[in-house]
Amino acid sequence: MMDITRKLEILADAAKYDASCASSGAARKDSRGSKGVGSTGGAGICHSYTPDGRCVSLLKVLMTNACLYDCHYCINRRSSNVTRARFTPDEVVQLTLDFYKRNYIEGLFLSSGIIRSADHTMELVIEVARKLREVHQFRGYIHLKTIPEASQELIAQAGRYADRISINVELPSQQSLNTLAPEKNLARTESAMGHIRGKIDERYAEKRKPDAPKPPPFATGQSTQMLVGADASTDAVILGCADKLYTAHRLRRVYYSAFSPIPEPSAILPLKAPPLIREHRLYQADWLLRFYDFKVEEIASAAAPHLDLALDPKLSWALRNRATFPVDVNKAPRELLLRIPGLGVRNVERIVRARRYTGLRLADLIRLRLQMKKLLPFITAVDHHPAKLGLDSDSLRARFLPPPEQLEINFGAPPAPAATDFLSVRSGEL
Amino acid sequence: MRTIVIEPEYEAWRAAARSLLAQGVAPEEVLWTDDSQESSLFVREEPTVAAAEQGASAIKVPAAFMDMARSAAAHTDARRWGMLYRVLWRLTRGAERHLLAMATDRDVRQLQDWCKAVGRDIHKMHAFVRFRLVGTDAATGREQFVAWFEPEHRIVRLATPFFEKRFAGMDWSILTPYECAHWDGTRLHFTAGVSRSSAPDEDALDDLWRTYYRNIFNPARVKISAMQSEMPKKYWKNLPEASLIASLIAESTGRVQGMLETEERAAKPAPNNAYLKSLHAMNQNEAAAQNHESDPA
Repeated sequence: MMDITRKLEILADAAKYDASCASSGAARKDSRGSKGVGSTGGAGICHSYTPDGRCVSLLKVLMTNACLYDCHYCINRRSSNVTRARFTPDEVVQLTLDFYKRNYIEGLFLSSGIIRSADHTMELVIEVARKLREVHQFRGYIHLKTIPEASQELIAQAGRYADRISINVELPSQQSLNTLAPEKNLARTESAMGHIRGKIDERYAEKRKPDAPKPPPFATGQSTQMLVGADASTDAVILGCADKLYTAHRLRRVYYSAFSPIPEPSAILPLKAPPLIREHRLYQADWLLRFYDFKVEEIASAAAPHLDLALDPKLSWALRNRATFPVDVNKAPRELLLRIPGLGVRNVERIVRARRYTGLRLADLIRLRLQMKKLLPFITAVDHHPAKLGLDSDSLRARFLPPPEQLEINFGAPPAPAATDFLSVRSGEL
Repeated sequence: MRTIVIEPEYEAWRAAARSLLAQGVAPEEVLWTDDSQESSLFVREEPTVAAAEQGASAIKVPAAFMDMARSAAAHTDARRWGMLYRVLWRLTRGAERHLLAMATDRDVRQLQDWCKAVGRDIHKMHAFVRFRLVGTDAATGREQFVAWFEPEHRIVRLATPFFEKRFAGMDWSILTPYECAHWDGTRLHFTAGVSRSSAPDEDALDDLWRTYYRNIFNPARVKISAMQSEMPKKYWKNLPEASLIASLIAESTGRVQGMLETEERAAKPAPNNAYLKSLHAMNQNEAAAQNHESDPA
């Protein structure tokens, strides 16, 4: 029989390709007055960082990495020759509590390979959450991965124990799924997301009713993940899919995960360098959709379906829409301030508040520590009126391009002759 | 010029500031210092209590300022007391009620910077404290944990309510060089600081935690600067997992190379499983239905 250390090695390794590490946005609850531990509701806490720059906030493991499905980007697919392991629910419960009490983590992210059937797998995952909540009064964060084909009753049960539930769409079109993940179906995933949204909305509505008793807990949000670079989907298609999920099913987050080399590669999906810059630009674009009121077509259109990898998407948009600029920081409405490259949501708020009492000068903006070099061509202030000519000049874009040597993605790894070629490959498109 | 020597605590500053404000003492006329500085150079002068009571109730300060003051007071910069008093003066006697809305103001900006540094320190304490199991209380059966942490600012009292909420069901102490916090299930209390040697170095679970850390790391996307900006090296000495960082980085290239050199695997046929069969049938039906829909005929 395999010991717990070996199981943890296998089942953490198997879970690392899920990018989500969010532990914020949960309902407020804590352990005061109980015999247990756990609290949620504040800002998420990253308890550690691994050298891949990723935050470790949750114990992220699979129940088992045995799987009936054959998703070619996945190390756990049935065709892979990886060593298989399986936790018992009690083992995951104990690990979670032991890690939590030492403040290594602030919760559990539990997923699983699919064994026997969707319902059977879902029941195993739910059993862990049930024990944590009911037997151990655990009030920490729980994120459960759900399976779209599992019964609605089981998904609802998962939602009652979890702070967040998620189903990964993985790829933004059914066509891509047919090739790379033949068991998965986009329509069924979306339908399950729709049901989950219904449950979440229902609870919010109950909560808002005056005088009604506090409704039983339910996850406060759902999220998903899309792989980037495993198929030929353009950024426009990926962002279009994300936008649809945000609007139709009110997802909290869409995660973008650059397809990165895995042990046990599939013949159907050759390995290549992970498109990290592209992933980064997609996150920036995603931010523009959610917090800056951008539309997908403004960022990536059918005519220009790929994000500019050299410049951030807001700056790219500004350079394509120079007639909008310069914008007067002392007079422009908030939504226009949000369009200025180098100006974030928080600084827009600061500007709007401060300008009620004073005419803003460059020295004021410098004190806000804004990225002046980026900002200057696009704004006017009391003592700053950039020449229109500067905005029109062809060299404006060149001015923002990073010097050529910085275009190399620094993978950070010390050079090793055998792998240098691979590691210096830029993200495919650059 | 009067010199005010205070305990380096928010409450002490607040009492002194209230009194000075009531007496109408302008910020330029006060030299603030606290026990952490060389206070022997200064003569301690007690603010007159009577004056402090008088008129203090008439002073109204925005609630946001009180939050800011409490947080900035925890910073170690010696100028904080004077700056807090100056901003308080400007908000009240200076008739700049809107001052806090001016993030562009030098003084406000300075306070905000201090608050931000303190907030970050608190956040990092919440993240990087590592509890070690030291025993079980024979009477209550409660597990007892001890942690060591080295905060940059005087944040123990600001940071510990979080631990009380999160770890109510266990006994714990967090030891730091200047102040320690203790929780026994009913009461949070504080004692003087201790040295590093008072805290245990290890926990039996540290190895399992390192196993997790090693295996959740993805060697194909090494990004050291991103890790270090959020987890600066100064914290590493108290984090059990940090001892793995160097070797994980060093091995990553070879591991990725190994993946690239692995022979690709062909797809295996589907096993004989009822659920999988039903899934494939569902997919075929849906595909057929979709083809039918998009068929103009």
